[in-house]
Amino acid sequence: MRKVYHEITQIAGNIITVAATDVGYHELAEVSSPNGTSLAQVIRLEGEHVTLQVFAGTRGIPTNAEVRFLGRRLMTPYADALLGRVFTGSGIPRDGGPRLDENLIEIGGPPVNPARRIIPQKMIRTGIPMIDIFNSLVESQKLPIFSVAGEPYNELLARIALNAEVDIIVLGGMGLKYDDYLYFRDTLEEEGALSRSIMYVHTASDPVVECLLVPDTCLAVAEKFALEGKRVLVLLSDMTNFADALKEVAITMEQIPSNRGYPGDLYSQLAARYEKAVDFEGAGSLTVLAVTTMPGDDVTHPIPDNTGYITEGQFYLRNGRIEPFGSLSRLKQQVNADTREDHRTIMNTMIQLYAAFKEALEKQSMGFRMSAWDLKLIKYGGLFEDKMMDLSVNIPLERALDVGWDILAECFAPEETGIPTRLIEAFWPAKAAVVAVAETGGEDGTVEQAA
Amino acid sequence: MTTKTGRIVGVNGNMVTAEFDLAVHQNEVAYVVVEDLRLIAEVIRIRGRYADLQVFEDTSGLRVGGRIEFADEMLSVELGPGLLTQIYDGLQNPLPAIAEQCGFFLPKGLQVVALPRETEWDFTPKAGPGDVVQAGDVLGTVPEGIFQHWVMVPFAFQGSYRVVSVAAAGSYHVADEIAVLENEDGQFSVSMMQKWPVKRPIRAYAERMRPSEQLVTKMRILDTFFPVAKGGTYCIPGPFGAGKTVLQQLISRHADADVVIIAACGERAGEVVETLREFPVLMDPRTGHSLMERTVIICNTSSMPVAAREASVYTAVTIAEYYRQMGLNVMLLADSTSRWAQALREMSGRLEEIPGEEAFPAYLESVIAAFYERAGIVRLNDGSVGSVTIGGTVSPAGGDFEEPVTQSTLKVVGAFHGLSRARSDARRYPAIDPLDSWSKYPSIVPADELARARKTLRDGREVQEMMKVVEEAGTSMEDFIVYLKAEYLDAVYLQQDAYDAVDGSSSAERQKHVFDVMSKIVTAELDFPEKDSARRFFQTLSQVTKDWNRSEMDSPEFVSLEGRIHDMLAEVARNA
Repeated sequence: MRKVYHEITQIAGNIITVAATDVGYHELAEVSSPNGTSLAQVIRLEGEHVTLQVFAGTRGIPTNAEVRFLGRRLMTPYADALLGRVFTGSGIPRDGGPRLDENLIEIGGPPVNPARRIIPQKMIRTGIPMIDIFNSLVESQKLPIFSVAGEPYNELLARIALNAEVDIIVLGGMGLKYDDYLYFRDTLEEEGALSRSIMYVHTASDPVVECLLVPDTCLAVAEKFALEGKRVLVLLSDMTNFADALKEVAITMEQIPSNRGYPGDLYSQLAARYEKAVDFEGAGSLTVLAVTTMPGDDVTHPIPDNTGYITEGQFYLRNGRIEPFGSLSRLKQQVNADTREDHRTIMNTMIQLYAAFKEALEKQSMGFRMSAWDLKLIKYGGLFEDKMMDLSVNIPLERALDVGWDILAECFAPEETGIPTRLIEAFWPAKAAVVAVAETGGEDGTVEQAA
Repeated sequence: MTTKTGRIVGVNGNMVTAEFDLAVHQNEVAYVVVEDLRLIAEVIRIRGRYADLQVFEDTSGLRVGGRIEFADEMLSVELGPGLLTQIYDGLQNPLPAIAEQCGFFLPKGLQVVALPRETEWDFTPKAGPGDVVQAGDVLGTVPEGIFQHWVMVPFAFQGSYRVVSVAAAGSYHVADEIAVLENEDGQFSVSMMQKWPVKRPIRAYAERMRPSEQLVTKMRILDTFFPVAKGGTYCIPGPFGAGKTVLQQLISRHADADVVIIAACGERAGEVVETLREFPVLMDPRTGHSLMERTVIICNTSSMPVAAREASVYTAVTIAEYYRQMGLNVMLLADSTSRWAQALREMSGRLEEIPGEEAFPAYLESVIAAFYERAGIVRLNDGSVGSVTIGGTVSPAGGDFEEPVTQSTLKVVGAFHGLSRARSDARRYPAIDPLDSWSKYPSIVPADELARARKTLRDGREVQEMMKVVEEAGTSMEDFIVYLKAEYLDAVYLQQDAYDAVDGSSSAERQKHVFDVMSKIVTAELDFPEKDSARRFFQTLSQVTKDWNRSEMDSPEFVSLEGRIHDMLAEVARNA
């Protein structure tokens, strides 16, 4: 029989302090009042004073509310029956289905021993050339999608989820708009993917602290499935809301903020979640794709900044396209050597030329006269954006590489690309090369006359 | 001896406040007892009867009133044969051994001995009865992989000792007695293993010298432009995605150090795994053995306990100093020092100290300085020379080098390899900014030629900036050629393809040879009819030079491509 305490000495924000003894750090409690019951977690012990964060918020909690300590840490049910279901962050059904209370597992468990990790080497094909060619997604990778409000990040997330070859999708919604929650649910259902999905959803109208539970619950469940040999994809949207909830709690706790009000341990808090991504040797894997909306489109904001240091790359979603600059998959080198021998060269060359195109575009916009080389770059840039960057392009990697060669051959002579001679001989489209050389001569002539 | 104990009165994150009865000392190790586990902690502040401890493990489940045992020693590591090839966490627990016991996860409260006690080492005595010795002197040696590991008089022994006995040649365990020493205070037993507190530098050497000899990393931009010296220090600040870790990994592979210590501090576990899995199968061309045989990895990745991050850099530097005492050149790579600084900030916040800039503690600068000052090249008591070179990455918030950690680091290091987002976006790797970076150490190429190359790069950048305003047509042919030369030098010399077997590592000899050719090109006066033909010339020249970079030195291909470069140059050179 656990003791019940009635003496709340302080209520501030979503934090309460109660006088109690023999309470464990991080222990769970139930706070009951006539207005309802909520779970709460111990976040500070100071002599007889026990401070708890209340997941459902403190609104309406009286000073004599019942605080009953449960003698255990946060747990969540784990079973195959979770598939196809929707829950809140604390594991309560959202879909009107039955409650699951059996086989509880601890959330926020211990980290994986680095000595037991293996080098990830299985590519996840998405059919999006900007990912497959330029920044391949790899099983066990943790990747954020950096975006701003208004961009179709949830659509991108859903599309990757549906294209990716995985066994189970765990979707965590944090501060999700209700419409977006329905969008995810309906899309997964329409494409027949709901039966292999589990959703933990905290919507924008739910109590803020409950948002903190979503990533941990998702990852704990995903980890269990991965240990049983399943390839699990965890989608989180939006981690910025999670970080903001951390900030709110930290400030209520009167912690000294480090940067723009965020707590000094933001990096460690985010890392503890993202680092759950893993490929278990001899079992399954856990891949994390998370949306991080950048306040004010500012990548130096503490949330995207800390995230970038933790994750294995990032996708920038801007103007409805995955930006080639800044977007990076740190694990691509593990997989893109074994796809096709020209993969890496196409990847590097096309980006270098696209960077040169951007410079030429800048010159053009300033009204400068374009050299023959600039004109070639402008042509290249246009083709690249249409045939590669557009999110509607949905083709397998090999086809996308061929398209890459076609674009290059249409715009440049082989030696202008800096591609090793060996690959030029093997892959340069023969006919187009002749055309390109002829065009070069022509353009040069025109420019000469103009000068 | 009775154990000094205390009891928990408060828990806040990984800080525990304890009430104690008997004297405790600052930085003393304590164990927080929870159920049947003992969590290791360190005293970081004492106020009256209360001590604040930072706990190196997850504090969930601790209760007010819980038992605390003080260990009466500072945080220490075990030093002795068997360190090489090991993978430790920040507190020197061997991770593979934990994996064998516990599987995929890292349970808390587990302490495993750092040096395997059952391994037998072939001991050869070097000292004999009657010899007068002092701390750091060699008593004997054991072969450890490719090295003769020196078994030394423990560094904690002060003054002179007389050797009473030394074990005969034969096989011994690390903890076996191998010598007895005496002084006026009595006799002392010595084994192959000793303990040393991590926060105290090992100073059992004759003198510290000035770093002047180059540490070759086989990266052109480093060795030629921003060199590192044996016993020197450097830092690599850069925004995320600019290639800090890849750069450190390349250095760990190619640097001509005897021993490499990698401290993965608060960074991604995946990156350590690459090293863990690849080093055992990668061959070190200098020794013909696997790279792992010269490597120790200290691994406290971002999801592992935060407080142990601080311990991890100290553990790493202590092991580095230990091997320096054997006359070896040791390279310590710390990635990333910012995570360690953040751990300091977290703890400082919990202690409610008055914060400095960006909430970092006021003592940040002196802590960083003290760490880098543990690098150095030293002459040992027997005249041989050993060195510890420290290279640390810095992860500045927002990629802004004005932040406190970068600034504190820049004050104390000898070389600054600043990574730039613009260069990495343009895929110009390694993305070290050639204009902002600096080094105080001597280069492998002649200083005057280097100065000319630098000037070309700088002038080229100026022309490039100017062209943005006056456009290409408004730029004189001379300026335009300077710009093309700078771009060429950047493309074929500063940039290096890490994934190419040949280009990935360029020996000092090769760099000198290639740089000589670069110098000729940079200083050559060239004539072109118009700008497009100049551009085309340099495009083709880049192509040929890149092929040259990818060919094995002195192979027929190498010779023929070099000939072609000279021919091309002769064709356009003025007065040719």
